Amino acid sequence: MSNSSTSKKSVLWDWLTTVDHKKIGIMYFFGGLFFFTIAGLEAMLMRIQLMFPEMSFLHEQTYNEVLTMHGTTMLFLAAMPLFFAFMNFVVPLQIGARDVAFPFINSLGFWLFLFGGLLLNLSWFTGGAPDAGWTAYAPLSTTSAGHGLDYYIMGLQVSGAGTLMSGINFLVTIVNMRAPGMSMMRMPLFTWTTFVTSMLILFAFPALTVGLLLLMMDRIFGGAFFDVAMGGNVVIYQHLFWIFGHPEVYILILPAFGIFSEVISTFAKKRLFGYSAMVFATMIIGFLGFMVWAHHMFTVGMGPIANAIFAVATMAIAVPTGIKIFNWLLTLWGGRIRFTVANLFALAFIPSFVMGGVTGVQLAMSAADYQFHDTYFVVAHFHYVIIGGSVFGIFSATFYWWPKMFGYRLSESLGRWFFWLFLIGFHLTFFVQHFLGLIGMPRRVASYLDGQGLNEMNFISSMGAFMMAFAFILLVINVFVSRKNTDDVQDPWDGRTLEWATTSPVQEYNFAQTPLVRELDAFWHEKQFGDGRMKAAEPLDDIHMPNGSILPIIITTGLTVASFGVIYSTWSIIILGLLINFGAMFVRSIKEDHGYHIPVSEIKREQGEGK
Amino acid sequence: MSHVDPSAPLEGKPSKATERKLKNEARTQIVSFVFMIFITSTAFLTVASDVIPTHFAIPFILMLAGVQVVMQLYYFMHMNAKGNGWINVMLWSGMFVAALTVAALTVIIGETKF
Repeated sequence: MSNSSTSKKSVLWDWLTTVDHKKIGIMYFFGGLFFFTIAGLEAMLMRIQLMFPEMSFLHEQTYNEVLTMHGTTMLFLAAMPLFFAFMNFVVPLQIGARDVAFPFINSLGFWLFLFGGLLLNLSWFTGGAPDAGWTAYAPLSTTSAGHGLDYYIMGLQVSGAGTLMSGINFLVTIVNMRAPGMSMMRMPLFTWTTFVTSMLILFAFPALTVGLLLLMMDRIFGGAFFDVAMGGNVVIYQHLFWIFGHPEVYILILPAFGIFSEVISTFAKKRLFGYSAMVFATMIIGFLGFMVWAHHMFTVGMGPIANAIFAVATMAIAVPTGIKIFNWLLTLWGGRIRFTVANLFALAFIPSFVMGGVTGVQLAMSAADYQFHDTYFVVAHFHYVIIGGSVFGIFSATFYWWPKMFGYRLSESLGRWFFWLFLIGFHLTFFVQHFLGLIGMPRRVASYLDGQGLNEMNFISSMGAFMMAFAFILLVINVFVSRKNTDDVQDPWDGRTLEWATTSPVQEYNFAQTPLVRELDAFWHEKQFGDGRMKAAEPLDDIHMPNGSILPIIITTGLTVASFGVIYSTWSIIILGLLINFGAMFVRSIKEDHGYHIPVSEIKREQGEGK
Repeated sequence: MSHVDPSAPLEGKPSKATERKLKNEARTQIVSFVFMIFITSTAFLTVASDVIPTHFAIPFILMLAGVQVVMQLYYFMHMNAKGNGWINVMLWSGMFVAALTVAALTVIIGETKF
């Protein structure tokens, strides 16, 4: 087992057992895309229901379930995994590493996310999905009938454990695995935002875990943490949720900031303006992310001083974000801008996100928030920042890194259609929702009455949603029809960072020799002042690689089985699941596994083929 | 160079400098161990004796516990060693965030509205 080269494995077995960060990244990508599609369909169902007043397309209960699952799936199972996909694939390449610090944990994190997500979505087939909103406020969640909320709790616990593992993994990778010369202040911005995001994950997810645990105690094991009659306090759940929930929205936006920094500087052919200011702004946003959670709870009745403090802290976040916006604009200033699809998304992001930011500052005024709270104004705001920020970031990264990930370029012309349809559809859907909210349409309600001035704008909003859905279909078509574009994939954008110095598709060991980093934008520096190739930091030698393992799936299966036991309060199933879980962990602990070596001869042969 | 087994036992004798370092480390460990035993017994005596009033004993024990945790981390878990900068950063920033959150929560959850 140790020090032996692995024999050829079947494709399926290879993907199930892989610990390669690139393959895990690709699996995260398709997992995320799968849930993105499901959550998008749920959004379409809601928009059809709201297209006309008093529609009876969805039953009220079904509407509540669709609404809850749309939010939960989009945030936990679509946006975060899609960012994890790029983080996994790109960050080790950008810092010149062969893999992440803990490849096994990486694989475990992915399978936990996938099984947690499937567990959550299984609730559709077992008598009703969760119906208490993605926040699952007590006492609505503690008194919700059926097992929907139990699926919510266990599904998020399982996938949350995976997220926490991945976060720790990225932290250790970025601290320990940088190539020689890659100091912290030479790291590409995407690596920096991944680093800060991982810190947020590390500090924020425990609050969610605790909140869900208390909820589980109340629902399944007869606890009374949120039972006011027994001396419990429902507001504590809201605090716990938002102590996690607010950093969570920065977990969703910071990687997008990193992506835009890479894309804008690449396509403006300029070094990023104000690199160190960008890094510090990222850290300040991360820090302030923990100081503002109660702005989601202005109308709970915390009192004027608490409201005022959280309002001011919230407005302070506009400062580092503004620094970032101006730095992107000044990076573009005087640059030789290429309007590729990746860059179009980045350019459209700037005004769209600023609009979301402006309504954010409006919402931060606690007195005015009493008017905005629970209306479509809030819905418009967070869709502007999440779609205009995170989703644009994901699409930008998709077009930008697709050649590196899959070895072919996505069609630019079809991509432009996709971009414009999506952009127009997005603004059509959500811009009018600001006004719907201001004239008093409440959010999370399954229908509205005729003759209240809400009809036209709701119809426009639904049409925009159809445009976005159609645009997304174009993206899927693009993935299939572009497969022939296999030329010029190694460095198609004249890239600046280390990932473009590798072959496309990337070799299993990433770099035959660990590169020596001499400047920020390491690859660009070699193109300008060197011979256009990275200098090696080590002689060509055998490469030590980790062995694949099926254990992550077994560990995850055990945990999922145990979760079923908890949902249906069946001790025998809980014990069975935990036995599988800990048994697989035990095997992992006692089995010696030193990985294997790729001999120099094979590396030389593959390098020869690469040229 | 390439095929190093990381779990293989070390060979050869340690250098003079290493020996001195190990000796120093052993001394620090023993001193801090004795000190921690002292702290623990102080905490025990604070509770066991009837002389010390409860309203003093509880914060006093909590303070001793804080000192103990920090000593444990720095002397026994070697957080004072070189190359642990990031561990320090993460640990203290985590503590800071947690402390601030708990402090804010104790103020804003309750009967009195601020």
